[in-house]
Amino acid sequence: MFKWFGRVNHAPHTKVAEFAQHLREGRLMASRCEACGHVSFPPRADCEACLHGAFTFVPVSGRGTLHTWTRITAAPRGFEDVAPYTLGLVDLEEGGRALAWIGASVPESSLAIGMPLQVTPRLHEDVEDIRVDYTLESPKGATA
Amino acid sequence: MSGRVGIVGIGHTPFGRRSDATVQELAAEAFRAALADSGLDRGHMDAVVVGSVPEYHKQRSLPGVVQEYLGLTPKPTWLTEAACASGSAAIRTAWMSIKAGVHDVVAVIGCQKMTELETAEILALMGRVGEVQWESSFGSTFPGYYAMFARRHMHEYGTTREQLTAVAIKNHFYGARNPLAMFRKEITAEKANASEDVATPFHVFDCCANADGAACVILAAEPRARGLRKPPVWLSGMGCASDTMSVLRRPSLTGLGSAQAAAAQAYAMAGVDAKRVRVADVHDCFTIAEVLAYEDLGFCAKGEGGAFIAENRSYIGGSTPVNVDGGLKAKGHPIGATGVSMTTEIVKQLRGDAGERQVPDADVGLTHNVGGIGQYCFVQVLTRDE
Ligand SMILES: [Zn+2]
Repeated sequence: MFKWFGRVNHAPHTKVAEFAQHLREGRLMASRCEACGHVSFPPRADCEACLHGAFTFVPVSGRGTLHTWTRITAAPRGFEDVAPYTLGLVDLEEGGRALAWIGASVPESSLAIGMPLQVTPRLHEDVEDIRVDYTLESPKGATA
Repeated sequence: MSGRVGIVGIGHTPFGRRSDATVQELAAEAFRAALADSGLDRGHMDAVVVGSVPEYHKQRSLPGVVQEYLGLTPKPTWLTEAACASGSAAIRTAWMSIKAGVHDVVAVIGCQKMTELETAEILALMGRVGEVQWESSFGSTFPGYYAMFARRHMHEYGTTREQLTAVAIKNHFYGARNPLAMFRKEITAEKANASEDVATPFHVFDCCANADGAACVILAAEPRARGLRKPPVWLSGMGCASDTMSVLRRPSLTGLGSAQAAAAQAYAMAGVDAKRVRVADVHDCFTIAEVLAYEDLGFCAKGEGGAFIAENRSYIGGSTPVNVDGGLKAKGHPIGATGVSMTTEIVKQLRGDAGERQVPDADVGLTHNVGGIGQYCFVQVLTRDE
């Protein structure tokens, strides 16, 4: 089911594939190591702290602040039709980061490093296949 | 082998669109020039290490083809890949093989023919430069990553758009004076700022260009390195380190941890500090990358890279002249050839052979070759005998 993740997916097979099912149901999940308890976002099958190989999914809030951003004009394959689009990188309150598009609730003129943003699951219904990802939305405008 | 490893020959093709040659023909141009420069002949080569990024060629398994074309079979050959740092990775591999006492004389050929790919293939490759599971799925691009570094550096340290442009202006100023460079024209701020957006805050003129080309260095163990056509230039400090592939796990976006670590190793091995470096070739794949390099290599303090270029301190006559061959920006960036090209430039400078681009009293030089967005970095400190 990880093939659902992203507009273009290059890595459909992964031990954290259930992430996409959770995302489809509106939940943003991190991994928690069963040995040391370390929480990682994006989730990892193998703990980044101790390299233990067993984990469980745990929900995270998706609250974060903008670390940096860029508006991409020269787009790669699969994104030519949707350029320009704006990528934001957020530092998450519970640790880790997310890279995603800045969502419709955040006008580009309002972008400022340090501003609060909400990582918000998104289900694309405008394409035939199931597509899930997340966007960075204004905490007020977030729908999750 | 506890002795030093010297560079005894260099060769370099013109960089640019080379519709006249295959990649092995480019390799032959650089290798033949390096042989002539050294006074050795090809029978003296114990091995050939090729630095290249295979996905940019139609030809797969390049070292086999190059070795055959150069008539060097059955001598050993292999490929070294570390993205845009493949050339310096190949030099490090050759250096290690000599230090280990396995080989005495090794040729390193960095070569790349990027313009043979179709636009569609390039677009597809562009879409997989980042970490593909969590980043490429959102349409991240190579300029996009460095653009995010730039915006964060501007935010933390007040680096300006004008300072980034000043890097491009400097590198084109020197590219105009390098007969091997792809772009041999000076540029103005007006022209740079009028170029198309790529990934804000970058325009086209913040980015280096894909190119074709090859460069070659011949390395020899210390006793062998002496008494050849030209005095050897020594690989006195060799640093190599890594940082995360993913910006999601990268501790800092305002410097490359790999470059800082590699520089510390190279300075320690050579017994010099940053102030002792008289000339440097650094990895300016994007304008901000050169600013980060000033700081990561210790040419200025953290956060002062913007002022460093604004005050012309990286021009000849400044405290540390940087990329006086035009850098990737004006010379072009045939990925696998780039690191080897950097080393050839510093050898020229240390020999006093750089012509109108010669840095006075250049006796200690440095190269800084970065792979990807900093997941690999190789730093060399080069010296000559007095
Ligand atoms: Zn653990």
